[in-house]
Amino acid sequence: MRCSLIALGLVVTAGCASAGARTTAAARLAAPPPAAAQDTTGIAPQYPSTYKRHANPPVLIRNATIMTAAGQEIQGGSILFRDGRIVAVGTSVAAPSDATVVDGTGKWVTPGVIDTHSHIGVYAAPGTFAESDGNEATTPVTAEVWAEHSFWPQDPQIPLAIAGGVTTIQALPGSANLIGGRSAILKLVPARSVQEMKFPGAHYGLKMACGENPKRVYGQRGGPSTRMGNMAGYRAAFIAAQDYRRRWDKWNKDHQGDPPERNLRNETLAEVLRGNIYVHNHCYRADEMMQMLDLAHEFGFKIRSFHHAVEAYKIADALAREGTAVSIWSDWWGFKEEAMDGIYENAALVQQAGGRVVIHSDDASGIQRLNQEAAKAMYHGRRAGIPITRDQAVRWFTANPAWALGLDSLVGTLEPGKMADVVLWSADPLSVYAQAVQVYNDGWLVYDRHDPAHQPKTDFTLGQP
Amino acid sequence: MIAFLLAQTIAITGGTVYPVSGAKIENATVLIRDGRIAAVGANVVVPAGATRIDASGKVVTPGFIDGAGHMGLREIGNVDNTNEYTLRGNDVAAGFNVLEGINPASTLIAVNRMEGITTTLAVPTGNLIWGQAVLIDLDGATIEAMRVKAPAAMVADLSEGSKSAGGGSRAGVAQRLRRVLDDAREYATRRADYRRRQIQDLSASAADLEALQPVLRGELPLLVQANRRSDIETALRIAKEYKLKLILAGAAEGWMIPGEIAAAGVPVLVEPLDNIPSYDALGIRYENAALLTKGGAKVALMETATENTRDLRQQAGNAVANGMTWDQALRAVTLTPAEVFGVGDRYGSLEAGKVANVVVWTGDPFEFTTGVEHVFIRGRDIPLRSRQTELLERYRTLPPKY
Repeated sequence: MRCSLIALGLVVTAGCASAGARTTAAARLAAPPPAAAQDTTGIAPQYPSTYKRHANPPVLIRNATIMTAAGQEIQGGSILFRDGRIVAVGTSVAAPSDATVVDGTGKWVTPGVIDTHSHIGVYAAPGTFAESDGNEATTPVTAEVWAEHSFWPQDPQIPLAIAGGVTTIQALPGSANLIGGRSAILKLVPARSVQEMKFPGAHYGLKMACGENPKRVYGQRGGPSTRMGNMAGYRAAFIAAQDYRRRWDKWNKDHQGDPPERNLRNETLAEVLRGNIYVHNHCYRADEMMQMLDLAHEFGFKIRSFHHAVEAYKIADALAREGTAVSIWSDWWGFKEEAMDGIYENAALVQQAGGRVVIHSDDASGIQRLNQEAAKAMYHGRRAGIPITRDQAVRWFTANPAWALGLDSLVGTLEPGKMADVVLWSADPLSVYAQAVQVYNDGWLVYDRHDPAHQPKTDFTLGQP
Repeated sequence: MIAFLLAQTIAITGGTVYPVSGAKIENATVLIRDGRIAAVGANVVVPAGATRIDASGKVVTPGFIDGAGHMGLREIGNVDNTNEYTLRGNDVAAGFNVLEGINPASTLIAVNRMEGITTTLAVPTGNLIWGQAVLIDLDGATIEAMRVKAPAAMVADLSEGSKSAGGGSRAGVAQRLRRVLDDAREYATRRADYRRRQIQDLSASAADLEALQPVLRGELPLLVQANRRSDIETALRIAKEYKLKLILAGAAEGWMIPGEIAAAGVPVLVEPLDNIPSYDALGIRYENAALLTKGGAKVALMETATENTRDLRQQAGNAVANGMTWDQALRAVTLTPAEVFGVGDRYGSLEAGKVANVVVWTGDPFEFTTGVEHVFIRGRDIPLRSRQTELLERYRTLPPKY
């Protein structure tokens, strides 16, 4: 069996991806989630996830074009999932007697869309001051706040994002602050509380922000008012966190005397230093990203992903070397001075240099069409002579954001053992005309374009026009 | 002299041509002479000496027209010094014509026209009456060279955005607008009294009241931003009372009353990808453009992000995904906006005599796969270069080429 996976726009038509050939991968991928997100300060687990998988019959989508985000585009393909896990992907998957069979003829299947940068829930619609809970803009370092404590599960923007195929988001604090607080990694499902949405086992993220925003917000309020002031602010915060971590690590080891006093700000930053919380850094300009990489070196942490990064292409080599992903738009630019140098080919150039590209939204509208934005970035790259494959473009909104959130062993590709986050598209998802027809989150049909019984509304929307 | 004229003749041959004013023509020629379209059809004779552009396998359409944004009036969104679209301190800025604020050297122009946008409405922003919007072509070293029509519309706001101009109430806004229109009428009949101060105080300056006269005469359209159904209906009501020529912009809940809008003969500018609910329009939805069109209303599509006016293509594609036909969407970004802004006799379709704003695409203009091969504005083959293409060339390989 010949399974070449490298050609541009590759289409696998033989049975390369039959279920039987992939049991090893299934066993590996079905392993429990990493335990790295455990608190290591000695404090009991805080605000735990109460997420539970919704019970569903197994589902077989058959005769679709399946883009696995793991190197394959399988025509006439089938995907079977049961109990929230993908069981088989290939051209010859038998339907179990209890499976709901979905005809995918003329349709496409991808992994669920993952957005590393969303403010839905924390900047909820209808967008009044009452729902403005994304920036604790009271002091430049607020590592102590957690986005989940602002998140409103009844935000009417949530079903809109689901209808765009989104299954997992990172809900972030805003970018007013140098250090804005912890992110929430959420399964995008109807729920009464954010705890029911929290992705089990996910690492928290830490929102940091460079450049104009902290300067603008604090310039007349005691600072920072300059980029050098920004840097001094990050450094002071991490110096305090180093000290805090040292005292707690010592006490956890010897339990001598009273434990050190808890400090929520330093607790979060100490977890960054321990590598358990991932840094997600809003940063536009190339020169500032280089400064932030130096900051990370000074304190010995990794920046998991730069966000917005409109100038990533200028330092694509350094980003690849550092292993830092970029969460970017396809074409946003020009709305502020630090965004002036955005170009269509940003994603393609970073990909070409060996970097990891994520197409993100930062926008309640854009989150509904991350597939389109990836397509735009892919085709503009190709037109500039940069050979981006369709599989790579799909990874930009699936497998790569999964990596940026530390969830790549669980979601982001269509492989046996992965969580059954699956989108059925009306057409090629890299076409402007494609729409999500069905969205499965952990095997649960959370959206069906043709069935109002599977178009959940938030409480807010009830009784509205 | 003859050589000069011949140099101005361009024949785009072999393409699939969408004139918009008529059915598509396969393997057709678009002949451009001296900035105008000279002929369109399958049997056009190409004059000797004409510059030939081979469009075999390509798609040829009119240049796209976007009826929104601040092109030329804005360089960087949050750098105030680069913004020219607001006249501060006057919530009835009817006399404010943005034309001389246009910067023909704006970097946004090249970025957007090379993606097939040839004409845009440069719109002021303000409170109740924002001022006069102007229609410009995205080519030319001077304002005069870019100008298509100025003013093209008087712009006003009946959405929640103008509530402060009405004392905090929509009813107050409507009353204020009526008062201004009434005063403009009175002013027109009593200019001499006004100059002698033998008239009670009017609610706006003479310049603003004077600027409203063409609106009251039905010559200059009043472009009203309104989203909530009741606000749209208020706009229709006021337009009827004063016999105004109305254009609706936004009209997020227009899909609820397409019949009313169509019956009033009022065209609508819709942004298809706008669907985030607010108290201004809880009923906002993707299908707005399609439902308005099905209900008989005349719809033009818009992209409101000035720096990414080029995404009008994507807006149109999404309008199709949400129920417009492809032909309707193409018309909604070409001939319909031209008609709405009163230049349908010169712009918006590929017909002999029209201004030669023409785009050659590699395929379906709405699709991401499609690139732009040529953009002609007033017959000039626009270089497909911008600040962004220069950044790409500088950083294509690292280290950069300084």
